[in-house]
Amino acid sequence: MNAPAYNFAYLDEQTKRMIRRAILKAIAIPGYQVPFASREMPMPYGWGTGGVQVTAAILGPRDVLKVIDQGSDDTTNAISIRKFFAKTAGVATTTSTDEATVIQTRHRIPEASLHQSQVLVYQVPIPEPLRFLEPRETETRRMHALAEYGLMHVKLYEDIARFGHIATAYAYPVKVNARYVMDPSPTPKFDNPKMDNCPALQLFGAGREKRIYAIPPYTQVVSLDFEDHPFEPYRFNAPCALCGAENSYLDEIVTDDKGSRMFVCSDTDYCEGRQAAGHHGALSAAPYKDKARGEANG
Amino acid sequence: MTTIAELPPGFVDKVLSAQSTFRSVMDAMARPGAVQRIVPMAGTPETMMRGTAAIALTLFDHDTPLWLDARMAESTDVLKWLKFHTGAPVIHDCSIVAFALISDGVLLPNLERFALGTNEYPDRSTTVILQVESLDSGQNFELRGPGIDGVATLQAAFKPFDLFEQLRFNETLFPRGIDVVLVADDAVVAIPRTTRVMSKGG
Repeated sequence: MNAPAYNFAYLDEQTKRMIRRAILKAIAIPGYQVPFASREMPMPYGWGTGGVQVTAAILGPRDVLKVIDQGSDDTTNAISIRKFFAKTAGVATTTSTDEATVIQTRHRIPEASLHQSQVLVYQVPIPEPLRFLEPRETETRRMHALAEYGLMHVKLYEDIARFGHIATAYAYPVKVNARYVMDPSPTPKFDNPKMDNCPALQLFGAGREKRIYAIPPYTQVVSLDFEDHPFEPYRFNAPCALCGAENSYLDEIVTDDKGSRMFVCSDTDYCEGRQAAGHHGALSAAPYKDKARGEANG
Repeated sequence: MTTIAELPPGFVDKVLSAQSTFRSVMDAMARPGAVQRIVPMAGTPETMMRGTAAIALTLFDHDTPLWLDARMAESTDVLKWLKFHTGAPVIHDCSIVAFALISDGVLLPNLERFALGTNEYPDRSTTVILQVESLDSGQNFELRGPGIDGVATLQAAFKPFDLFEQLRFNETLFPRGIDVVLVADDAVVAIPRTTRVMSKGG
């Protein structure tokens, strides 16, 4: 038997239709979480089942897919999802942000600016920004209906009262198109400004929680804050140890058990691109170091 | 009497045609005012444009109650085609439907009669698919809102002539509201509930 045992991009057509209808509503109501009949996927919850279902519903044979996990193209989650779609949909895959037409991401937005013909698909664990403040779905739903977001400001205020600043570092709540408060998924707050007025369409899929939401292109996305405590993106105060970038989001990597550490770009494609273009950091690989040492000696 | 064999066909390649049509509609919804083309073609029953037929095959199924305007509802060809290819139930109460198909704008009922969603579930609203004369000639309009970089322009000829005035109710209803998909042959433009349209004359 040569016929494949599954449909193009894995999901059956009825499921795709259901997800596609949810995506259209999500785009029409920016930031509103549309319930959908999430399916079981051949991977556990928490591995991106929501993002995978959204990607499967939009993906076509001419798309070029990039998958990142915490900015990296090379982690287990990113590789397995990329292989999943290469196998089930036969699509071309890439690690280049610029070449991709669909980018599925877990917890980062690429450093390179996105363009109009791209779709960014986020994997979302807890789509409801108010869930840890109010556990009842009936109540959070009513709060969204009434645009009653005082509780979220109280939470941010309590941060300031306790720590002197807003201590929320990731999944920092945003307001979309001046209406819905939305969870940007657990991206670092460093990435929040990239969501505002972004030329690419942003889709969010939460598989376990069965919600899809969206930010259309060129839509206002504002991080919640106070006049006297304005929103500030955070990054480690260091250049990337490999490419020397001063304005990218950094991962802290512990290099031994004596407290040594290095800071490197979390976006691997961005970092590799900069290194290929001749940028170097303090801990760049051998060829550059040898050359530098040679020049110093000579 | 039409037998199944005489019905206009559906997509040749169900899976990839539906995907391509969906991406056109998704792009239309994400970039209001921008004209998208629907490439895959299916057979079309009388009164239905090529784009409308492709959208029906892509988005309709047994989960989506439909409302048809009087001309389409009278056509057994349309009813049989929809029933055979999509299985979507056609019902008479337009206040509870997921989609409304309008073959001719003069037959469009007052938009407030469709499902507008609730404040808790604004997604439970009717998407109106309206066939129009042209999406590249006619009156000029300026569009603003999410999905648009500043201002978008649209040239269109359609009925009812006060459609965009009627759609202004979306502004006060939000997040409730009606999303409209305009179809002219294979061209599609979406006007989601967040889009504000101004007539520019011409």
